[in-house]
Amino acid sequence: MSYQWDFSPVLTRWPLLLDGLLNTVKIAAIAIVFGVLVGLVLALLRLSPRRLLRLPAAVFVEFYRNTPPIVHFFWFFYALPVVLNISLDPLVAAVLALSTQSGAFYAEVFRGGIRSIERGQWEGAKALGMTHTQLMRRIVVPQAATRMVAPFVERSFELIKTTALASTLAYGELLYQAMMVNSETFRPLEVYTAVALLYLVLLVSCSALARVAEARLTAYR
Amino acid sequence: MPDSTRPPILQVSGLHKWFGALHVLQGIDFSVAAGERVAIIGGSGSGKSTFLRCLNFMEMPTSGRIALDGTPLGRTSAGKPDEVRYPESELCRVRERVGMVFQQFNLFPHMTVLENAMEGLVTVKRMKKAEARERALRELDKVGLGGKTDVYPGRLSGGQQQRVAIARALAMEPEILLFDEPTSSLDPELVGEVLRVIRQLAEEGRTMLLVTHELGFAYHFATKVIFLADGVFHEVGTPDEVLKHPKQERTRAFLERFTEFSF
Repeated sequence: MSYQWDFSPVLTRWPLLLDGLLNTVKIAAIAIVFGVLVGLVLALLRLSPRRLLRLPAAVFVEFYRNTPPIVHFFWFFYALPVVLNISLDPLVAAVLALSTQSGAFYAEVFRGGIRSIERGQWEGAKALGMTHTQLMRRIVVPQAATRMVAPFVERSFELIKTTALASTLAYGELLYQAMMVNSETFRPLEVYTAVALLYLVLLVSCSALARVAEARLTAYR
Repeated sequence: MPDSTRPPILQVSGLHKWFGALHVLQGIDFSVAAGERVAIIGGSGSGKSTFLRCLNFMEMPTSGRIALDGTPLGRTSAGKPDEVRYPESELCRVRERVGMVFQQFNLFPHMTVLENAMEGLVTVKRMKKAEARERALRELDKVGLGGKTDVYPGRLSGGQQQRVAIARALAMEPEILLFDEPTSSLDPELVGEVLRVIRQLAEEGRTMLLVTHELGFAYHFATKVIFLADGVFHEVGTPDEVLKHPKQERTRAFLERFTEFSF
């Protein structure tokens, strides 16, 4: 292969890529926060003794589990505005898509964590006279949280990678900015190699952070 | 000694428990006076644990009524005297008064020994931390674990864990203590230390109910022994009556299975 690698046209446009990287971090951070909120609500509904509350939450989760993420992006950006007769900012539409998707999966993480706590823990707390709220807050959730960390981190990594789909809505995150750079430089090999490396650095630093958090939460073992 | 002039501290009438199609408790009438110590024996699947667990509503009775200190628990609505509902607030108050020690200890692994013993006081009784700490330390000293307060339960032996669980229950100052096979999941050499603590509580005159397979211990511990089989009380009496001179064929057959059974 006689291809001449030349990163300089790409590197000179670093402010564009940095901007994209920051937007990726921004959209991921917002979507994780909203995703956690959606996930908490869905998990509470799914753990409810009432079928009427459990069922809609289960349908929601199944819907997201069985449809491709890009469809959600298109639906919130192109379809929802028709229903509401408004126009949606790409960031808002992308956050809606990302946080509902991740919320559906976070809900399963939270629910699984809670249900993994042995019956004896619930009984030990009940036998002291704790109410349901007290035993959840003091006994079940603190222990479940430590078991949720690993699957939570895994889902969040999926979310961070899925933010690349926001490029289809012309939101200026990393991939979209790279496409811009590519159209100026015609250096796809260098551009997309650089993008892949940037995602790699981002996710590897996130997993280092996650390991610190996990070590703190599971200190008692 | 049981005080016969006082009303029973615990009274059970017509207690039935169904698990689906399985009729586990088939109509039990029973009462305990303050200071009595009751040992409940019987084969596995006889319903003895279920019976004990109904007394603090770890299992909800299918029908029948339980009264604590003369007050029937739960509420009935007019016209439906058989349908008893138990509001959460009432169950919580009852469980504060009726402590339980489990076969599997059920200590909270994310809390130290001291925090385990303080937890009910702080969260349920809303006691100030300093006061709760003092009481928890007192009970931990009593079970011989005053030196392990800052250790997590995962670092303790089974016998030590069970003694912490007893201290945790004692800290709540319950009127009745329920022991659900407290030594069944322990290595044989650790059984003694737990039984010693229970014997010490007996000497204090506490009201206790104990489900156990340790017949020798039951003989010395109990003021009353119940042999439960097929969901009914087959034989009730003093330890001497039930364990040494059983009247029922069924009781005799059960006792004969314990080959190393000696007093």
